[in-house]
Amino acid sequence: MTMLKEGRPTRPVALAQDKATANPTITGNKALMLEEALIFEIGSHETTGVDIAPAPQVKSRLGGLERRKPIALPGLSEPETVRHYTRLSRQNYGIDLGFFPLGSCTMKHNPRLNEKMARLPGFADIHPLQPQSTVQGALAVIHELAEWLVTLTGMHSVAMSPKAGAHGELCGLLAIRAALEARGDARSVVLVPESAHGTNPATAAFCGYAVEDIPATPEGRVDLAALKARLGPDVAAVMITNPNTCGLFERDLRTISEAVHAAGGFVYCDGANFNAIVGRVRPGDLGVDAMHINLHKTFSTPHGGGGPGSGPVVFSEALSPYAPLPFVEKTADGHVLIEEETAGEHHAGSFGRMVAFHGQMGMFTRALTYIMSHGADGLRQVSEDAVLNANYILRSLEDVLDAPFAASGPCMHEALFSDKGMAEGFTTLDIAKGLIDEGFHPMTVYFPLVVHGAMLVEPTETEGKAALDQFIVALRSVAQRANAGDAALKGAPYFAPRRRLDETLAARKPVLVWTEPEAVAEAAE
Amino acid sequence: MRYLPLTDTDRSAMLNVIGVQSIDDLFMDVPVEAQLATKIDGLPDHASELAVERHMGKLARKNMVAGDVPFFLGAGAYRHHVPASVDHLIQRGEFLTAYTPYQPEIAQGTLQVLFEFQTQVARLFGCDVANASMYDGSTACWEAIGMARRITRRGKALLSSGLHPHYVSVARTMARFTGDQLVYTTPRVDAEPDIQTLIDAIDGDTSCVVVQYPDILGRIGDLSALAAKAHAAGALLIAVVTEPVALGAITPPGDMGADIVVGEGQSIGVGLQFGGPYLGLFACKQKYVRQMPGRLCGETVDAEGKRGFVLTLSTREQHIRREKATSNICTNSGLCALAFSIHMTLLGERGLTDLAALNHARAVQAAEALEAVPGVRLLNSSFFNEFTILLDQDAREVARALADRDILGGVSLGRLFPDAAELSGGLVVAVTETTTEDDIAALCGGLKEVLA
Repeated sequence: MTMLKEGRPTRPVALAQDKATANPTITGNKALMLEEALIFEIGSHETTGVDIAPAPQVKSRLGGLERRKPIALPGLSEPETVRHYTRLSRQNYGIDLGFFPLGSCTMKHNPRLNEKMARLPGFADIHPLQPQSTVQGALAVIHELAEWLVTLTGMHSVAMSPKAGAHGELCGLLAIRAALEARGDARSVVLVPESAHGTNPATAAFCGYAVEDIPATPEGRVDLAALKARLGPDVAAVMITNPNTCGLFERDLRTISEAVHAAGGFVYCDGANFNAIVGRVRPGDLGVDAMHINLHKTFSTPHGGGGPGSGPVVFSEALSPYAPLPFVEKTADGHVLIEEETAGEHHAGSFGRMVAFHGQMGMFTRALTYIMSHGADGLRQVSEDAVLNANYILRSLEDVLDAPFAASGPCMHEALFSDKGMAEGFTTLDIAKGLIDEGFHPMTVYFPLVVHGAMLVEPTETEGKAALDQFIVALRSVAQRANAGDAALKGAPYFAPRRRLDETLAARKPVLVWTEPEAVAEAAE
Repeated sequence: MRYLPLTDTDRSAMLNVIGVQSIDDLFMDVPVEAQLATKIDGLPDHASELAVERHMGKLARKNMVAGDVPFFLGAGAYRHHVPASVDHLIQRGEFLTAYTPYQPEIAQGTLQVLFEFQTQVARLFGCDVANASMYDGSTACWEAIGMARRITRRGKALLSSGLHPHYVSVARTMARFTGDQLVYTTPRVDAEPDIQTLIDAIDGDTSCVVVQYPDILGRIGDLSALAAKAHAAGALLIAVVTEPVALGAITPPGDMGADIVVGEGQSIGVGLQFGGPYLGLFACKQKYVRQMPGRLCGETVDAEGKRGFVLTLSTREQHIRREKATSNICTNSGLCALAFSIHMTLLGERGLTDLAALNHARAVQAAEALEAVPGVRLLNSSFFNEFTILLDQDAREVARALADRDILGGVSLGRLFPDAAELSGGLVVAVTETTTEDDIAALCGGLKEVLA
């Protein structure tokens, strides 16, 4: 069996007792489950799905660079286009369809009011470089959302422009680096717990820091003693996720912050899990210097199959002077966008610009809509229900699945299980694929790395008790099959649009674009 | 609270199962001094759909909508007509509310779209391969510079003066921390792009040359000689395309020898949205694929031998490689890539060619009409759908004065290059298929008044 280093199998295993594989139809279709070819196979270069007015005759001003060769882009008519993408959509799992307990990713319901508001022409059809007098409403949205974020986190200021969580991490670390440089303090190391998201060490390395691991205690939290022992004049920052990726609150964060500050460093908090504590805990009260907020997690903007996100970063007073451009200020005359032109007077210490224009406006309108819908009382209820749901799952399944930190106390918004106790040859991946057949999206698997065969279940607050109970029944059954060594589970999923896919083949001979079959044949000769 | 399904009865039943008295017991690990006893002061409570809609509607109405007025802004974000079916399809819940396709058996929809998207982008740019998207054009541009550093093991990047100044700013921000050396000056008032200057500047320390095509002033230059010189010196050519519709009319950078082509995909399918979310496009030659940032979707087979798609070559990425990854990017612009791909599928070769021809023809008409306005000179000798006009006064003031007349007349170079006094009379004017003859007449009339 081919495996990644964290133990996840990457090749399917053929099984003799595979009865569900017989394909009864000539088309490959299974009633409502329809196969769909690629646009390159069904489209043509003459077909188009748009009617474009004829171009007036003019003398070309293209500088002699007219395109000489076809691009080879297939077109489809509108009915064919709608059908192509509708069919493809049905091969996807989404929150709208069912329970999606992907740990650390916070797949909560995406309210449709958010979508409606983001599409108001006053937000959707305005250009980022319009004169400021013509976009006062848009600047007000940014400012209002910024005020909410600062208040909810108890921090000093917020940089709104980062495009996603990892971009927010970059923003935070750049501000830390700028602050250190401003005091002539060259530090080279960033400490990151073993349980951190992969983006944390990648970000620290991306802005030129050496990364060192901080070990975890047996109960799944940062090892305070080890951390304190490592602090020194070379440590620029500590990156901590709170609640952490084991689903536990870092009880010692305040003590950690004090120690880091005493050693001259800064505390970066990965706010991916802010949804567990919003309205109940303010990171500003824990000594955090910078924290990104994933608007696509805590504040319900849709994940869209991988993005876009939005990762505003809240800052302590110490880091605020270094925050990136641009940002919005409210003055007596209205809202003002502070860009390069006026930064000299208003924001001379800024480390600069991270992105063209002003950030993810479409996500800001959605997040503000969501935040206003919930209000201060609703947001507190959000975190309480998220934590309640996760603990309900933890306690309902710990008898069939190993819960390594169950004795460490209640979990926060996500429950962590391991593969301990499964029959020989059975892995976390089998549980995930078994859940697919039962109609659920699997939990996050093989993360965090501190637990073998990790399964991280994050139900979110937008699941009701009935949905949780159905999931518990399904996962209990799949777990029992894995524990008992039910060989049929190794072949799952049987009922998804595809069986297990061969990742090893994909990586060994990467086929990343479509090539005409004739070209493939020629190349093989 | 309409988004929360649990009832109080549910909550107490669940607390019972868990074996605690109250919700507070579940927060026992949070130190008491860090807990808020009640909801945060000074913030409003929950609100009905109607109330929220009223508030947001009021803010939306304070903005001047591009579609309501004669509109000529570009400079990295373009207003094109997006077919109705695009927005309908991207709002299907299976696309909108899906996550990154980590479980490929139930994400073939997203994955096949990404495979099609990668192929469309690679072909459009004239490259071998493309990734599954970046945040936007500006961040894709920086990632390309970093990739060139890894490939050439050199740290000096030459940035064309015609590169979007925001893209330059992003690169400068990052280079300050990575130690890359960036060579850049603001553009000169010149009818031609700065290709010869770049050719002359390439030396043995150069990792890459970054050139925008068409450039920030709308000028188009042949990149072939630049590519040849870069390659002879062991450097890479990075081309930046902020208006992909142009490639329906002009030769793609890959065909002129560019090694990496990045761009902003917003103008196809995504819309203006006040600057985001947008869509970073990233393509390159096959031989550099393992140094690419971001996600890649690849073809494979399932256990029954059926064709399927998976995320692949993930050993480049942060969730596997952590601090050794090619980039820290995780979330990208998946839904915008879907919108781009649907719009591009609707267009097809024919539609894109016709759209580009219409954009260019309208722009030529607008340029000719504007040149006839006293006090207006056209800078460009070549352009696609965007060009620069030179005025005898500060174009920032002119743009504001036009806005007071309900005309969004262009992007002033003073806004883009606040430190370059010699550019202050420049106004970048973009013209697309959405621009009417009446719009052009209104801009000319408005300029006559303002310049008089």
